[in-house]
Amino acid sequence: MTAAEPLVDVADVHVWIEGSHILQGVSFTVADHGVTSLLGRNGVGKTTTVKAILGLVPRTGRIVFAGRDITADPTHAIAAMGIGYVPEDRGVFAGLTVAENLRLAERRGHTPRYDLVHDLFPELARRANQPAGTLSGGQQQMLAIGRVLLNDNRLLIVDEPTKGLAPRVVAEVADAVARIAEEVPVLLVEQNLALVRRVAGQAVVVDAGRVVHTGNVLDLLDDAERTRELLGVSKTSVPAHGQPGGAA
Amino acid sequence: MSTVVLLVVTGLGLGALYFLIASGLSLIFGLMDVLNFAHGAFLTIGAYATWWASVYLPGAGGDGVGFLVAVAFGVAAGTLAATLVELGVIRPLYGRHREQILVTVGLSLAVPALVQAIWGADPLPFPRPELVSGTVTLLGAAIPTDRFLLIAVAALVLAGLLLFGTRTRYGLIVRAGVEDRAMVTALGIDVRKSFTLVFAIGGAAAALAGALGGLYFGVITPFQGTSLLVFAFIVVVIGGTTSTVGCAVASVAVGMVQQFANYYTVAGLGDIAVVIVLAAVLLTRQGGLAKATAGRVA
Repeated sequence: MTAAEPLVDVADVHVWIEGSHILQGVSFTVADHGVTSLLGRNGVGKTTTVKAILGLVPRTGRIVFAGRDITADPTHAIAAMGIGYVPEDRGVFAGLTVAENLRLAERRGHTPRYDLVHDLFPELARRANQPAGTLSGGQQQMLAIGRVLLNDNRLLIVDEPTKGLAPRVVAEVADAVARIAEEVPVLLVEQNLALVRRVAGQAVVVDAGRVVHTGNVLDLLDDAERTRELLGVSKTSVPAHGQPGGAA
Repeated sequence: MSTVVLLVVTGLGLGALYFLIASGLSLIFGLMDVLNFAHGAFLTIGAYATWWASVYLPGAGGDGVGFLVAVAFGVAAGTLAATLVELGVIRPLYGRHREQILVTVGLSLAVPALVQAIWGADPLPFPRPELVSGTVTLLGAAIPTDRFLLIAVAALVLAGLLLFGTRTRYGLIVRAGVEDRAMVTALGIDVRKSFTLVFAIGGAAAALAGALGGLYFGVITPFQGTSLLVFAFIVVVIGGTTSTVGCAVASVAVGMVQQFANYYTVAGLGDIAVVIVLAAVLLTRQGGLAKATAGRVA
């Protein structure tokens, strides 16, 4: 892979689930640095897209990661290549303690970076022996993010990290995502446009199972009319630079 | 009083037998969504392999260390059978539940039929080591010694499963996999290795139940595993498919209910009483006794 090549190249990916044609030829790339944000209204196929990259849903098409075609690879092999995944529902194991959730995520051949995780989320160290199912939503999100930070991943896929969180926790999680993005490329699915504006470089907009727009995030968000058209948000809810809020 | 003590200990012994079968069944269903009707076949294989070894295997026998060698052989045979079934039959059918049911039902019929073809349908007398051949008097009740052995072995297996679940990486993977298998794979873990391990553990426990069931009943028959499997399924449903401890509690409950109902009503009504308990649990606590407990194996 050369510097000019994308880290992820998704080409003509189709997904059918229970007879419904969810993704209808999705194509886009993820840069090898910074944050690429996957945007769109509810139910347009954003989460299915990231699941398709990870092989969590049956798909056709071609997906290349770091120069290697991973379309036929099983999920565990794709993840082991260096993709960390924070799912929309956080995916923490409720019956396992915080420490066990983190221990489970340790990969062979990697020295787990507990110092980084506990530096970002000191709460996790304090609650190490607490069952993850008893954590608050924000704490579970910290655990889900902390889990992927344990290993030296080459890409993080983070699906709606601020969804359903209290405003104070949203700020904390947003800080974490911003800090993570300085070190590792991130594919971010997010409806909180303030967070997107803060961290993302490229935008990929999905609608009805197709990519309908790619380009610079700020160019998109600064064009309120285009943002409303693509994301369905009102002019007033599109955050200007430095403004909070703005859920799509 | 002595009657109650006798019923309690024999109920615990029967519950211990159920636990050995049901724990593996529950693990397999919980982690892999496989309703393994072939599980009783592993019990049959364990029972007949133990009997065969006690008669024919050099170094093995029907008493003392020789019996332990025979049991070890039986457990190894059950473990091997379970591993081969998982690799050869179940793995190609993951996610295809109807086919899995068909193939495991087929195995549950084929294995006893094969055993019957080789050793006949008549019950075979099972070796009874001297150490567990008598009775022990407890609070006035003369209790067969083998019941205590069953209870002790089941307690050891329960402790082993709990330690496996909390102290080993594979145990963690199994517990997590029961909750969300897809997420485990998304962490970069090949959960299929755990499937094979869980099947092997389940097969070993069932084979051990086969050997100890031989002691309990005094004889072995080709379809012993099939009939015990029915109660193991009931235990799994009552105990919930998410907890080994729930499985143990349900095993004891089923064993006790059977023993007390058989003694205080009419012999044979114990089985009906167990079904009534099952119905009551299903109507009042969907998900079983362990519904509210988080986690699995632990």
